Amino acid sequence: MLELNMLSLRMLLRDWRAGELRILAIALVVAVASVTSVGFFADRVRQSLTREAHQLLGADLVMVADHPWSEAVRDEIARRGLRLAQSVGFISMARARDQAQLVAIKAVSDGYPLRGKLRIAPGLNLPDEETDLVPPRGSVWVDERLALALALAVGDVLELGDIKLGVGAILTLEPDRGASFFNIAPRLLMHVDDVAATGLVQTGSRVWYHLLAAGQREQVEALEQWAVSGLGRGESLQSLSNARPEIRASLERAHKFIGLTALLAVVLAAVAISLATRRYIQRHLDGYAVMRCTGASQRQLCGLFAGEFGALGALAGVAGCIAGYIAQFAIAWLVAELVAVPLPQPSLLPALQGFLIGLALLLGFALPPLLRLKNVPALRVIRRDLGPPRESALAAYGAGLATIAALLVWQAGEAKLGFIVLGGFGAAFVLFGCIAFGALHALGGAAGAAGLTWRYGLANLRRRAHTNTVQILSLALGLTAILLLTFTRGDLLATWKAKIPADAPNRFIVNIQPEQRTLLFEFFRDHGLALPETYPMVRGRWVAHNGAPVDVDQYVERERRLVEREFNLSYMDAVPAHNRMIAGRGFTPQDLARGALSVEEGIARSLGWKLGDRLSWQVAGQTFSAPIVNIRKLDWDSMRVNFFVIATPRLLESAATSYITSFHLPQSEAQFANRLSQRFPNLTVVDMSVILRQAQNVMEQVIRAVQLVFLFAVGAGILVLYSALLATQDERVQEAAVMRALGASRSQVLAAQRAEFIALGLIAGLLAAAGATAIGFVIASQVFQFAYHVNHWVWAAGPLLGVMCVAVNMVAGARAALSQPPILALREV
Amino acid sequence: MNGLSKVVPDGADTLAILQDIDVEVMPGEAVAVVGTSGSGKTTLLGLLAGLDTPTAGSVALDGHDVYSLDEDGRAALRSKLLGFVFQSFHLLPALNATENVMLPLELAGDRDAAAHAVAMLERVGLGKRLRHYPKTLSGGEQQRVALARAFVIRPKLLLADEPTGNLDAATGAAIIDLIFELNAERGTTLILVTHDEMLARRCGRLIRLSGGRIENA
Repeated sequence: MLELNMLSLRMLLRDWRAGELRILAIALVVAVASVTSVGFFADRVRQSLTREAHQLLGADLVMVADHPWSEAVRDEIARRGLRLAQSVGFISMARARDQAQLVAIKAVSDGYPLRGKLRIAPGLNLPDEETDLVPPRGSVWVDERLALALALAVGDVLELGDIKLGVGAILTLEPDRGASFFNIAPRLLMHVDDVAATGLVQTGSRVWYHLLAAGQREQVEALEQWAVSGLGRGESLQSLSNARPEIRASLERAHKFIGLTALLAVVLAAVAISLATRRYIQRHLDGYAVMRCTGASQRQLCGLFAGEFGALGALAGVAGCIAGYIAQFAIAWLVAELVAVPLPQPSLLPALQGFLIGLALLLGFALPPLLRLKNVPALRVIRRDLGPPRESALAAYGAGLATIAALLVWQAGEAKLGFIVLGGFGAAFVLFGCIAFGALHALGGAAGAAGLTWRYGLANLRRRAHTNTVQILSLALGLTAILLLTFTRGDLLATWKAKIPADAPNRFIVNIQPEQRTLLFEFFRDHGLALPETYPMVRGRWVAHNGAPVDVDQYVERERRLVEREFNLSYMDAVPAHNRMIAGRGFTPQDLARGALSVEEGIARSLGWKLGDRLSWQVAGQTFSAPIVNIRKLDWDSMRVNFFVIATPRLLESAATSYITSFHLPQSEAQFANRLSQRFPNLTVVDMSVILRQAQNVMEQVIRAVQLVFLFAVGAGILVLYSALLATQDERVQEAAVMRALGASRSQVLAAQRAEFIALGLIAGLLAAAGATAIGFVIASQVFQFAYHVNHWVWAAGPLLGVMCVAVNMVAGARAALSQPPILALREV
Repeated sequence: MNGLSKVVPDGADTLAILQDIDVEVMPGEAVAVVGTSGSGKTTLLGLLAGLDTPTAGSVALDGHDVYSLDEDGRAALRSKLLGFVFQSFHLLPALNATENVMLPLELAGDRDAAAHAVAMLERVGLGKRLRHYPKTLSGGEQQRVALARAFVIRPKLLLADEPTGNLDAATGAAIIDLIFELNAERGTTLILVTHDEMLARRCGRLIRLSGGRIENA
């Protein structure tokens, strides 16, 4: 057995040296690297979330609510002997030197944070140090972004709502803000006792109240148990085991989708592996028969090949893991801004997964056809026409296809998504395959009309239709990915931007108190701006559906978040003109008298609301219920104020109301926003263009990471091309030799091959352009819901890229065909 | 060979490739099998080596009834008794000359495979071509490597299938000389399939096949 293993290794070395296994090995390395790069990166972020859980929480247990916690809760925490701190978070405007800036305010009590340390610096770009203090009353600490935005230095004064506060330090690290994927505004840290004086926390303000607790493990666990049982709506707990669930959920989702992207490379690598194995088998049929002749048993030879390929798989798996490890640094670098936490070294788990995927590919796609070698009759040594018995492709690759299906389902994390992706891959393969096959036959058929070299080249297309179809298919898939991320992405963004009218609102004002409306209108009028339309807004919690209490646990993810928090409800006599009613009727006088609701289509679908359903709401302790009388479709891109739920006025007008509006502020009037903030310190002015830019920045970074992962797919696609070329190389070499022996010049031979390859590249490129356009169309109509304007350049870029990719093959193929005298080529083959 | 026949289906009919072959070859003998294309020479060789299965009859090699063994049993018998030389050499392209010769020894678990292979290659005059790959060797050199591979396991019987068929006259003659030299040196029994009458006459005995039957022995 040992001897056989040693012989396997020697055979591996010999085959490697002779270049028989390189494509196979590289395909494996690409597949494993693709999967492990994503795996390693996700693992590092995940570990950082777990390891830094204390830091991320700033405590051992954090109780979060959208309303102030009662004294009883604080007393209970203190009674249990735990340390306690609190923080209050909200968004508002800060002003300095006639400038106003949206800031994320965190007001903290002494003792914050209970775990981890704040770090501050005495000025921008100066060395920072840890501190056990928090900003004293009358003072704020600002982060670098805010200091730059308002040109603040330590010692300057900043206005917040009704009060002035001195800048005491530059905040450089805040443990529980570490890993935020989307920081909407720069940070301002202040003392919690100053909040009331600012006058910023008013009716309609969205404020988060955090209670932080830390102590002995048992104490914390006991507190957690006690707290869980008494949690009300809008209240939640974050402990070490579920710290920052929103980050975890985003990470898992990102990992799932980028992981599926990575599997495109695996699928293409599988094609390359099966092609390379086929060539290996073709070239080893004689050797196998000779070995049988010289007395090797079937078992011995099966063991030999299994050992050789097993060792190859193991080595390629290790190399792939190393390549994946290096590539994950690139991913981390590309999304560095999104993941602002120090990442620990990854664990070995992703390596193990990648390694297993490599072995699975080998077992699924290389081993079954390889083991068919044992059916090669030894008689082949004297009868060249004998080979292994033919088997159907399904029998040979059934195991491989099952492997791919299992991998997709595993990566998707759920059967449904896995099968959707599998179906997508399958449909794309079949559709592209059929079109490519048809095109090859059509071109081959049209060859008669062409000149000699084109006729010969095009006829080859048809003759090698199966191999050529595989080449076109693989190249087209890789190119589709590239076109999608270059042309289609740009087109979608451009179409979306063009759809937003130039005078669409670009600023929102929230927190407008009822008595401020008239003053605000005057202020607009004084500045020569059109009066904005203001909408009343009331906070309300959805409590019952057709009489049945709402069960939060019934919902997951986004829906759960929607249900848990308070809704922004509005009230008006009629549905706004810019909303389109798609079901039901407008409010009738009866509705206005009895009370009725109008809801948005998307949220109705998410939460299972139907026309005629009765929804109950709790507003400031009072409960009311009303039927849904119409469903509206909103155009979110209009940038106008929109509401999920609109009630008839009588239901809500007695409740504490604030107002919201949106308006278009021309570029030249940028100072208006600053003056507005000065005049009305409590108002929050949100610059949508900044938020959109930030959202785009996040998207850009994620897309860059996806692009990097797609590079593996393109690499695998080129490998498929090359292995398909090799699969027909012996035949091409012989044909070239025969042609030259019959008097063809080198240039004629080259021209014939060039014709064939150019046709391949063109078909693949056209298919890719069609694929990218179709996907763009689906994304535009289904996801963004706008008409997609096809970029016609994609039809030029696709074929051009296709021909560029096959150019490498053209050179390699021509070199092989013409590198030796025809007689040698004829003798060898 | 005793009453050896091979019949294959030919459409609705059957085709007799070999019929009723009775031949006995003694140790150390050199026998040539000649005949025109399609006379059944190659089929006879395949049956003799246990590579094919007969429709009727039996083959005994060194006292072993070949077709009472299964496929792997026949392979084991070949590894002990048989050496092969083929018309198209059948060297493994990924292996150099030494490795090609080592292969049957390695498969049999011989730890001194390399030393034996080198000695055998030196014996066939390829001491300076040890690390050359088949594609860099001439036809004659490739056939010498194949001969070294056949003789390195010290076979009792060497089966040669048109060993000079792919070589020019001078190279072919040199290869034949070498086969006879090695044969004499090692006391190997030789069965040579050829359509070259001149070559056939150098063997002690000539079996002429025609239409699947022995015309004269």
